[in-house]
Amino acid sequence: MLSFALRRLLLAVPTLLFISLVIFLLLEASPGDPLGDVPLTVPPEVKERMREALGLGQAWYIRYVLWLKQFFWVEPLYWFDRAFGTGFSEGMQRIISFQSRSPVFDVIAERLPQTLTVVGMSYLVGVMIALPIGIISAYRQYSWFDQIGTFISMVGFSLPTFFTGVVLIIVFGIKLQWFPSIYDTTHRVTDWDSFVVQLRQMAMPVTVLALYNAAQISRFMRASMLDNLRQDYVRTARAKGLSERVVVLKHVLRNSLIPVVTVIALGLPAVFGGAIITEQVFKVNGLGQLLILAIHANDMPMVMTLTFIFAVLIVGFTLIADLLYGVLDPRIRYD
Amino acid sequence: MTDRLLIEESAVNAPAPGAEALPPADPPPQAPARSQWRDIWRQFRNHRGAMLALVLFVAILLFVGLGPLVWTIDPGFVDIRARNQGFSAAHPLGTDQLGRDMLARLMAGGQVSLAVGLTAMAVALTLGSLIGISSGYFRRLDAPLMRLTELFLALPLLPLLLLMVTLFREPLGRAMGPAGGTFLLIVSAIGITSWMQTARILRGEVLGLKEREFILAAQSIGTPAPRMILRHVLPNVISPIVVAATLGIATAIITESALSFLGLGFPPDFPTWGRLLYDAVDQMQMYPWRVVLPGLLISLTVLSVNYIGDGLRDAMDPRIRGR
Repeated sequence: MLSFALRRLLLAVPTLLFISLVIFLLLEASPGDPLGDVPLTVPPEVKERMREALGLGQAWYIRYVLWLKQFFWVEPLYWFDRAFGTGFSEGMQRIISFQSRSPVFDVIAERLPQTLTVVGMSYLVGVMIALPIGIISAYRQYSWFDQIGTFISMVGFSLPTFFTGVVLIIVFGIKLQWFPSIYDTTHRVTDWDSFVVQLRQMAMPVTVLALYNAAQISRFMRASMLDNLRQDYVRTARAKGLSERVVVLKHVLRNSLIPVVTVIALGLPAVFGGAIITEQVFKVNGLGQLLILAIHANDMPMVMTLTFIFAVLIVGFTLIADLLYGVLDPRIRYD
Repeated sequence: MTDRLLIEESAVNAPAPGAEALPPADPPPQAPARSQWRDIWRQFRNHRGAMLALVLFVAILLFVGLGPLVWTIDPGFVDIRARNQGFSAAHPLGTDQLGRDMLARLMAGGQVSLAVGLTAMAVALTLGSLIGISSGYFRRLDAPLMRLTELFLALPLLPLLLLMVTLFREPLGRAMGPAGGTFLLIVSAIGITSWMQTARILRGEVLGLKEREFILAAQSIGTPAPRMILRHVLPNVISPIVVAATLGIATAIITESALSFLGLGFPPDFPTWGRLLYDAVDQMQMYPWRVVLPGLLISLTVLSVNYIGDGLRDAMDPRIRGR
């Protein structure tokens, strides 16, 4: 198990390096110019110096290695310094955004809480809804509850988030005026009233994402429960005279949760990607919106770093899902 | 099921040595293959949701394909005096902020959206089957191709799609015209980023298939690899391919609309359903229908395609079939 984990970790390193190279080369091949917005009155030699100040003067491989060094060496040192008050990273250049001229990671740290509250909350709500629906749907297969449940999950799975989001805004934001249609990120929660305001502005984006996630997870949960309900050990458990409650919620549920847990882990990074659209609909200024702004502004370091962070999340959670599978299911051997 | 089919097929092909010399127009070999599809169709008809979805999907196809022949207003015709109109006899679904007829625009947009969905699915399916079957069939290719698949699965797809489209939209548009360039770019971008699941499923199927006796039999008479794949492997993995195809159409349509919704899809005078939705969002307080209609069409298309995929999967699963 441990050697498997180590081997996978070692394998993840070249994967991530390759992905970073792909993203870097893609950005390198782009015709967009980060100095495209500079006024034409600026003389060419000044423009050349500006280009060098942005670090664009060197060959691409030098800049790539420099970015690698900044990402894997300078940034960890900086955050280590911040945490323990040491001075290892003094005089080292951090990754600087072309747009704001401030370190990329500071901007990301500003945006992260918004994404985490909205996206994290919606994933949590989605899982909480999906598991009971999947369990009951499978236990009462072909009942009216199952029919409605599978239909709703099919709908939730098929409706794109930009459509559900916009419809919710039209119905609840404009017609009924229940919830604000724009997420206010400057809002601070200090007392009960401001907490209620926060809940109200989170309601719609969380609903949209939760519906989408719940639809997928409940389908998995139902399929997995159905697989297990037909197994012989269920008949044995019933023959022993165990109550239905114990049979379903202990024997079957525990075994059915194994694949579902890995699906939940695998879905987490995808949620960050899917949140790009939802954040755009509700004007949440989280990571997804940051990425889109950076793409439009040709802010190469920001795009590079953000996309790479998404890649790290995907690789990391795939690894976690694989390991979880091994931990939860003793029938699986890694050797 | 497939075994019996193959026995019948080989029985028909029994005079194998001279088979190539025989005229190809030989009706009997077709018969068993058709009965398998009829069997699937019979099973598919029992799935009420899938049948309903099929009717709906055909209706959408007719609306998009034949609609413009009936409703002949040009979707790009600007009638500035008739802008922002509601439902009326002249414009059944109203007009947009430039006075263009919404019904005509929805039809034209649907043509592009469905064309993107179908073509991108075809690209993804071709890539996926090629990689999946060759990695399952040729042992030497298995490890590198599966590493490649895992690598692609680890890519953050939506950010990369956004990146590819923003970066290459203008140069391609200049080279091939704005519409053609964007079409090519979006189709290939979606195709390149969505073949992995198909490849993985097909690899598993082919690996299982390779252990079967009829493959051994075919190998023992010296069937070369290309014919082996086309004659013996491909027909037996056709059902996962068909299911993957339907799901591929759904995801491709959603992805294209999402790109359009983020303002990174087709140019504005070239409507797609996603683009129509995106254009209408600014004025959704006053004209909510202009948002709802294209969104509803996207959702109905995707929903019906997903249901058809569900029904096909049930109909083609030999464990459920005949229930």
